[in-house]
Amino acid sequence: MIQIKNLWKSFEGKEVLKGLDLHIPRGETLVIMGRSGCGKSLLLKLVTGLMQPDAGEILVDGEEISGLKFKELNQMRRKIGLLFQSAALFDSMTVEENVGFMLAQHTKLSRAEIREIVIEKLHLVDLDGTEHLRPAELSGGMRKRVGLARAIAFDPEVILYDEPTTGLDPVTCVEINRLIQSLHAKLEVTSVVVTHDMDSAFTVATRMAMIHSGKIVAFGHPNEMLENDDPILQQFILLGAPEQILNVSNPVLKEFILNLRED
Amino acid sequence: MADQPSVPQQKTVSLLRFADFAGGRILYRLSGFGRASIFVFRTLALLFKPPFQLNLLVRQLRLIGVDSLSVVLVSGIFTGMVLATQGYIQLSDLSAEGQIGRFVCVSLIKELGPMVTGFVLAGRIGASITAELGTMKVTEQIDALSVMGTDPVKYLVVPRFLACAYMLPILTVFSTFSGIAGGYVVAVYVFSMNGVFFMKQVQSYLYISSICISLIKATSFGMAIALVGCYKGFTISVAGGAEGVGKATTGSAVVSLMLILVLDVLLNHLLFTLLQLK
Repeated sequence: MIQIKNLWKSFEGKEVLKGLDLHIPRGETLVIMGRSGCGKSLLLKLVTGLMQPDAGEILVDGEEISGLKFKELNQMRRKIGLLFQSAALFDSMTVEENVGFMLAQHTKLSRAEIREIVIEKLHLVDLDGTEHLRPAELSGGMRKRVGLARAIAFDPEVILYDEPTTGLDPVTCVEINRLIQSLHAKLEVTSVVVTHDMDSAFTVATRMAMIHSGKIVAFGHPNEMLENDDPILQQFILLGAPEQILNVSNPVLKEFILNLRED
Repeated sequence: MADQPSVPQQKTVSLLRFADFAGGRILYRLSGFGRASIFVFRTLALLFKPPFQLNLLVRQLRLIGVDSLSVVLVSGIFTGMVLATQGYIQLSDLSAEGQIGRFVCVSLIKELGPMVTGFVLAGRIGASITAELGTMKVTEQIDALSVMGTDPVKYLVVPRFLACAYMLPILTVFSTFSGIAGGYVVAVYVFSMNGVFFMKQVQSYLYISSICISLIKATSFGMAIALVGCYKGFTISVAGGAEGVGKATTGSAVVSLMLILVLDVLLNHLLFTLLQLK
């Protein structure tokens, strides 16, 4: 679905991505892990065309996005839904206007038809009856869910999640994780989740990748990642979890961490 | 001991450092000018590109025009009053106080009407546009528009640009006539002048060409205020946060005010000197 080849990106002389290669197969939920500033969120911005790479290729559904004209890029973006870290809801609009924004902009659907779709998408994220509220009236978790409803409103083929559980309480984190899993199952989409929340990562992932020094240093199934003896990956998984160990809901991860700690 | 560089070598190094610094600053300014030019041309190109979202334009017309009317009327009245007071004092030295109606009318129509309206709108609307778009940029709302396949310039800048270009001339008409009314009050009720004579003077110096000059200036000021406000909001660094929004808002008001003054000089030269309009 998404193929990234030899991707380079630097800011003011500082190289962040250094020849990154990644293949995201259709229908998978890929979790991308890595330290803060390693380029995880940047990767999502490059995939959505919000930024241009210095070198390399990004193919979405076989189309190279840096070669697309503005209009073609906007067409391609309609295949992708992005949940921003801050949700990035339009604060001058209601929940209904936020979720129905793409439909109002890019289709000739009537207001009643858009409203019907909005209600359906809000139901998928367990936010029935919130259409009339404004973003300022929502909690952090609700904002994320509205952001998610907006991301899926146009029935995208790919959903990108930028740190979906950051800043949320453990209960809401679990709810968001369940939501990611259920949307993946119901909508049969390709999902890319950027996170350093290990519990979330091991709960939702069907594939995992770790970015370090501007490259993918580990890629595979969650169990393969646990068996991978790369010291950077092991350190990341171990250090990423101790504070949350009592809250870890994934039994495989919990056992793995306990074993590592005993070692 | 390591070899110390000789005095000529030190001078060369200092000179190179200075050239590097100066060159860097010049390139930075030039690239900023280039980015601003691209932004302006892009906005102008998108004016004629469908879809035309009238609802967005109507909302901005209300925010920029209707909501600014009271402040424009008040500032116009007081400008006219001050103008009449100062005009009477100066003209009476020349025994020409009877010309106060002409003085107030011509000054307001050709100069102060569009200028004061421009200043009020630069402070009220230009700064508000920058703060709004800057906050949207910092909170990734502008990125969200792009990701959803909507051109942010078309969606956010074009309606504000058109609304400012349409509403500034209309507000200027209100400002000018409220200024004349203010001048009338001072001339008639403070300096005991004949009201009919005052109004006849206003009428006889109210040329169509003067009104056109006023509207041309107002439209130009409106375009400048919108473009500066939007550009400053769009180019805020996300890392700048709330402080960045504050700085950009102040910068937007200052640049708009300066630009209005520069445009006024250029338009005066073009309209009065080159085209010799009255």
